Amino acid sequence: MPLDPSYVGRSYPPTPAYLVGREKIREFAKAIGATDAAYHDPDAARALGYADVIAPPTFPTVVSFASNNAVVDDPDLAIDYSRVVHGDQRFRFSRPIVSGDELVCTQVIEEILSRGGHDFITTRTDITDAAGAPVAVAWSKLVIRGEG
Amino acid sequence: MELPTKKYPVTRADLVRYAGASGDFNPIHWNERFATKVGLPGVIAHGMLTMALVGRAVTDWAGAPDAVVDFSVRFSRPVPVPDDESGTEVEVSAQVKGTTDEGHTVLAITAVCGGDKVLSQAKATVRTSRLGK
Repeated sequence: MPLDPSYVGRSYPPTPAYLVGREKIREFAKAIGATDAAYHDPDAARALGYADVIAPPTFPTVVSFASNNAVVDDPDLAIDYSRVVHGDQRFRFSRPIVSGDELVCTQVIEEILSRGGHDFITTRTDITDAAGAPVAVAWSKLVIRGEG
Repeated sequence: MELPTKKYPVTRADLVRYAGASGDFNPIHWNERFATKVGLPGVIAHGMLTMALVGRAVTDWAGAPDAVVDFSVRFSRPVPVPDDESGTEVEVSAQVKGTTDEGHTVLAITAVCGGDKVLSQAKATVRTSRLGK
């Protein structure tokens, strides 16, 4: 049965704040082989005008992990995770994520499409800092492959 | 303007390291038995790892780790990673497509693995005057 498009617009409560740690950024940067000094060395980041090390551009995926799971695990949507593949991903930044940030994710279902027996669900996650200022917006499109 | 192509090796060890760092422990990225059972050619790289490698290329081209304003990809094909020492390789290239009203540079990106385009509609908008220097 195709995913019900009436769930477009459904939003999820803001997540508890994710405290961005210096070592987590370093670990993530190392895992993707990113050696830029500003990801590892606070002094190098300060020289660019940031309070501490900054995160590589795909780091929001770590921050938004919990809010993404809230959608995938939403019992009303009843998404079969074993059929899910990542379709599209987009990040738009107001500023880089910086170690010490306390980030809150607010997620909304922006689009639901069914085509060729597959379902497509796009979520938008607004990532804001402790002052409520926008840091980044992430859009994820998941493809839920049809049966057979 | 064509930007210099960058090549990134990806091994099984890289997938394990990325799984730990990102929190994405989906077994299709480390368990051959599970991956083939769900119809994949074998263990595949995390799409977000491929995107991260492209992100490295973008910030390198831009000449600044904080240059990215907007970054989007479509995962069009999986990146299979064989269980050997050399793994596979993702080749990333880009063309400068233009300038936005804010003065940012728009890059159209191509990522290839084993002769296949693994991303489509990949683009990045970067804030920099240092591009190509």
